[in-house]
Amino acid sequence: MTSTFRATDGGRIDRSATVDFTFDGQVYTGHPGDTLASALLAAGRHQIATSIKLGRPRGIAAAWAEDPGGLVQIEEPFPEPMLLATTVELHEGLAAHGLPGQGRLAEVPDSARYDAVHHHVDVLVVGAGPAGLAAALTAARAGARVALVDEQSEAGGSLLGGTDRLDDAPALEWVTAAVAELAGHPDVLHLQRTTAFGSYDDGFVLALERRTDHLGTAAPKHISRQRVWRLRARSIVVATGAHERPVVFADNDRPGIMLAGAARTFLHHYGVLPGREAVVFTTNDSAYDAALDLHRAGVRVQAVVDARPEGSPRRREECERAGIRVLPGAVVTGTRGVERVTHALVAPFADGDVGAGSAIACDLLLVSGGWNPAVHLFSQARGRLRYDEALGAFLPGEELDGLSVTGAAAGVFDLAGCLADGRRVARAALTAQTIDPAGVDRLPTAPEPVVPTAPLVLWRVPDTSGAEGSTSFVDLQRDATVADIARAVGAGLRSIEHIKRYTTIGTAHDQGKTSGVLTSGITAELLGIPVQATGTTTFRPPYTPVAFAALAGRDRGRLFDPERVTSLHDWHVAAGAVFEDVGQWKRPRYYPRPGEDMEAAVLRECAAARTGVGILDGSTLGKIDVQGPDAAVLLDRLYTNMMSSLKVGSVRYGVMCGVDGMVIDDGTVLRLAEDRFLVLTTTGGAAKILDWMEEWAQTEWPDLRVHCTSVTEQWNTFPVVGPRSRDVIGAVFPQVDVSNEAFPFMAWRDTTLDGVPVRLARISFSGELAFEVYVSPWYGVAVWQRLLEAGHRYGITPYGTETMHVLRAEKGYPIIGQDTDGTVTPQDLGMEWAISKKKADFVGKRSFARRANQDPLRKQLVGLLPVDRRTVLPEGSQIVELHADGQLPPPPVPMLGHVTSSYRSAELARPFALALVKGGRSRIGDTVHVPVNGTLVPVEVTGSVLVDPEGARRDG
Amino acid sequence: MAELLRTHPLEAWHVAFERLPDTARIAVEPFVAMVDVRLGAVGPEVRAGLGVDLPTIANTWVPADAGRATWLGPDEWLLSSTAETPEEFESRVRAAVLPLGGSATDVSAQRIGLRLTGARVRDVLTKGCSIDLHPRVFGRGSSVQTMLGQAGVVLLALSDAGDDYVVLVRSSFAGYLADWLLDAALEFITPDS
Amino acid sequence: MQLIECPWCGPREEVEFHYGGQAHVPYPDNPAEVSDEEWAHYVFFRDNTKGRFAERWNHTAGCRRWFNAIRDTATYRFERVYRLDGPKPVTP
Repeated sequence: MTSTFRATDGGRIDRSATVDFTFDGQVYTGHPGDTLASALLAAGRHQIATSIKLGRPRGIAAAWAEDPGGLVQIEEPFPEPMLLATTVELHEGLAAHGLPGQGRLAEVPDSARYDAVHHHVDVLVVGAGPAGLAAALTAARAGARVALVDEQSEAGGSLLGGTDRLDDAPALEWVTAAVAELAGHPDVLHLQRTTAFGSYDDGFVLALERRTDHLGTAAPKHISRQRVWRLRARSIVVATGAHERPVVFADNDRPGIMLAGAARTFLHHYGVLPGREAVVFTTNDSAYDAALDLHRAGVRVQAVVDARPEGSPRRREECERAGIRVLPGAVVTGTRGVERVTHALVAPFADGDVGAGSAIACDLLLVSGGWNPAVHLFSQARGRLRYDEALGAFLPGEELDGLSVTGAAAGVFDLAGCLADGRRVARAALTAQTIDPAGVDRLPTAPEPVVPTAPLVLWRVPDTSGAEGSTSFVDLQRDATVADIARAVGAGLRSIEHIKRYTTIGTAHDQGKTSGVLTSGITAELLGIPVQATGTTTFRPPYTPVAFAALAGRDRGRLFDPERVTSLHDWHVAAGAVFEDVGQWKRPRYYPRPGEDMEAAVLRECAAARTGVGILDGSTLGKIDVQGPDAAVLLDRLYTNMMSSLKVGSVRYGVMCGVDGMVIDDGTVLRLAEDRFLVLTTTGGAAKILDWMEEWAQTEWPDLRVHCTSVTEQWNTFPVVGPRSRDVIGAVFPQVDVSNEAFPFMAWRDTTLDGVPVRLARISFSGELAFEVYVSPWYGVAVWQRLLEAGHRYGITPYGTETMHVLRAEKGYPIIGQDTDGTVTPQDLGMEWAISKKKADFVGKRSFARRANQDPLRKQLVGLLPVDRRTVLPEGSQIVELHADGQLPPPPVPMLGHVTSSYRSAELARPFALALVKGGRSRIGDTVHVPVNGTLVPVEVTGSVLVDPEGARRDG
Repeated sequence: MAELLRTHPLEAWHVAFERLPDTARIAVEPFVAMVDVRLGAVGPEVRAGLGVDLPTIANTWVPADAGRATWLGPDEWLLSSTAETPEEFESRVRAAVLPLGGSATDVSAQRIGLRLTGARVRDVLTKGCSIDLHPRVFGRGSSVQTMLGQAGVVLLALSDAGDDYVVLVRSSFAGYLADWLLDAALEFITPDS
Repeated sequence: MQLIECPWCGPREEVEFHYGGQAHVPYPDNPAEVSDEEWAHYVFFRDNTKGRFAERWNHTAGCRRWFNAIRDTATYRFERVYRLDGPKPVTP
């Protein structure tokens, strides 16, 4: 369609080129520089969609992010819901349709890139209008590090939508020069298409830069589409302008009804005539500019309806010179039309009373009820707002450290004032930072401001239509009306926060940019209280909607969560390992051979470790080097066991408890020297236990001469496990006497392999004869290969975490965090043997004596054997007890405990489980029941050690 | 039997690093001996024993004979040496600091180093590092222990121009960080190069 | 994203720190001699102050040192940080 509503000249569009796009299936043509909204208006199209609840036609009502009417769904180039036609830049191939308040997410993954960047500045200026530019120039000229962000496609702010002049030239010439000057400062970051959407603590502002959206299908794939800027500023200058406020009247929602300033912006910024015959309804002087500019551009302005009794004598004279009729002391009481406004109903208005009216034909009804400073970022930073009676708006009500507001956002509405104020706040910010603001900072001369006639604060026109406010729309996006506010107040609500939630006003896409202050005003009127007492609802980020994809940034796919791997990872992958996540670690779970499922692989791996030899990559175990003359003292205080009596060359298993006496970790401790230990923690406990040791050493016992250092990745750890492990170790390390006498259980020995230091330890987590091999990961793969080569003749079998779990569970070794849950004491685990009787104190000891921890009915770790010898009990299953008659007790059925570990055992040739059971050790031999898939499975309670309870195998 | 070969966790990334432009180079640092030193008070006797003044200003590093000494905390430093084996280095440093009540732990394999050079590497780092890396603030001799992406790192500035850094990362996170850096550098690779 | 001032490393983003609960709650000198009730108070009971609160923080992503801070629990504002060997500041 042709652009029949395009002005003959003007606008920031490129008339030499055209852009074809599709809206609601119809092809249109616009120009580069258009928004979707301006291009549609140029084609004479106002209606975008119908409303969410009432299905009323709705159109474009504003020119930027405050528009409550023009929600669209983008179809091409990539589906995206809930964008405003006023903020979508036109590009070739754009396809969109209007949305009645709800959109549709894409059904295919978004292939665009999104990223984030941290940036630090001395002064962050938000908004590149006259005040913001003046502030940015002032700061840049002082040599400060500056960021200037602005949400539009080019700098200028309100100047883009007007005809202002500076230094006797079009103001935009000054804007161009200012932007060029800023670009010459190496420490100035100037970003357009960038919305500062949230201000947080300590000068932290998040801003969303739309980097390639406007390029459509031409957007380069390797550049992020949108970027979240994480800006940290010592001073923030908020120069975010103001939003024009409508006046509410009956049927004020029809397409063709628009804010007056928006119409002026469409004319000057985009070269669009939003209609042919306009009525202008205002309470203040600013709308006269729209009336006069549209008139000059060829729009027939039927009347300016000014609610003030005398109107504005000066502006009236200007209008009458231009032949525009002005009706002071009058209001628009309603409209006619369906898909487009056709008439404005105009009536005299005095002392709040509306007289008899008449209809004026129009296809455009412009409205101005004053201006609301955009105080969002100030308010988000917990700045207190004050209500200004004269403006009928909320203004910053206090000074904040490090954040100042300037220009229209601070209630300064004249150009000269904005420039001067922008410079003033920037200078103050620099001075506060001890940056010398002196220097060249000449600002252009603006025409002497004319003092406007005082505005009238008018929230709504009394409804004479008989609809009792039910068609007087406050929040167009939510179809919420004056009648809804009246209903809320009638229901007894007083708080503006409650009224917001009752009426849903301000909860839609625009978050109340046009409706918020109106709601405060109308509520105050209905309650008969001052607007200051009503206040506003809380301003929360984001200022405008931000896509989750942008917030996720690059933390997607592989980069979503770090994968930690050992130096053997590539070997595991090549060996066909199936991995499992253990915290952030990727650990081989099992190594299936062709045709094997997990069960078959694990049975094979278990059998190898019990009858031949297996090898595990245990490198993820946490390792802490504890050094210093008091190293043994620290360990004595943190372990339940005595560690100071451990001999150099020996290893001891130890348990750590919290002060509440509950087990927090376990592992082995190697004494390397009188003043040096190597502490092994669980894989998941590595960081936690290092922190725990540091916490006590630093905060409680700073007098102890001891240092703890993480060496988790300094050592690969390979348990070589099984009756043939001695043969393998003996073959690889021939200089080590691996006999039981020379190298007993729970001993360690240092050796070398081709000059590379290796430590061997007789530690067993399976009950079998086993050696752990410690070597620097630099040589980890090579040593692993040597072990495999030497073990080949014994059928050495790499095994994964699943087999490790079966082997340890068969021996009743608990996994802290699986068989325990932070409520389990060492005694509950049957580990009295690991609790020193000799030590006067250690962390947790005193809590063992608490009465709750002495209860014989505490849950204790036991073994369970399903009587059917077939069922593998699901981990987490509840354990119940039947009555003597074989019936379940009546609900609620008492729970005795739960299954913590459950596997199929090659060794036992049957499934088994570990469980925490109330008074479990006194129930050994009893039969209890576990509900599995609706059936009660009888299980025998046993001791927790099911394989080799005598410990005969550990020495081979 | 053949000599034991060393393997680097980022061997598989070499090809990808090679494709990076000069403006955002990533190179794997050779294996070096590294020792974590803990020491309460730093006096002249430390220099005598170690041959280097341990930096006492937070967030700095200094060159040492054949390596660097990096401040990690008020009583903790990371020393590196290209001239000794890890065992030799730990023994020497330990012998020097033990009489002063300090400790020394070989952490040579605990971290790997990446060298980042080029005019855009600062832009690569700022995508995941919340520290102000402006060369006026973070010039040669600066160091920081912080997060880069989701990995803990020690970051050292080697130049005053913001174009030369060393990143030390825990070995188990090396693959993650390499992927992260390559992804962050993607926009600096012209698509047809 | 709040900044927390590590007494050693300087201001860093809050995600680099772990919270350590109320400060100045010493481990009892001789746990064996305190009553169950006194012990339970040490293990389980902490103040729940609205306003200035002395608490422990650890710079986990940086120097790994513990330190104390006076923070206003109503505004989250850190009023000051101090080293472990320093006395609890007198707050108005």
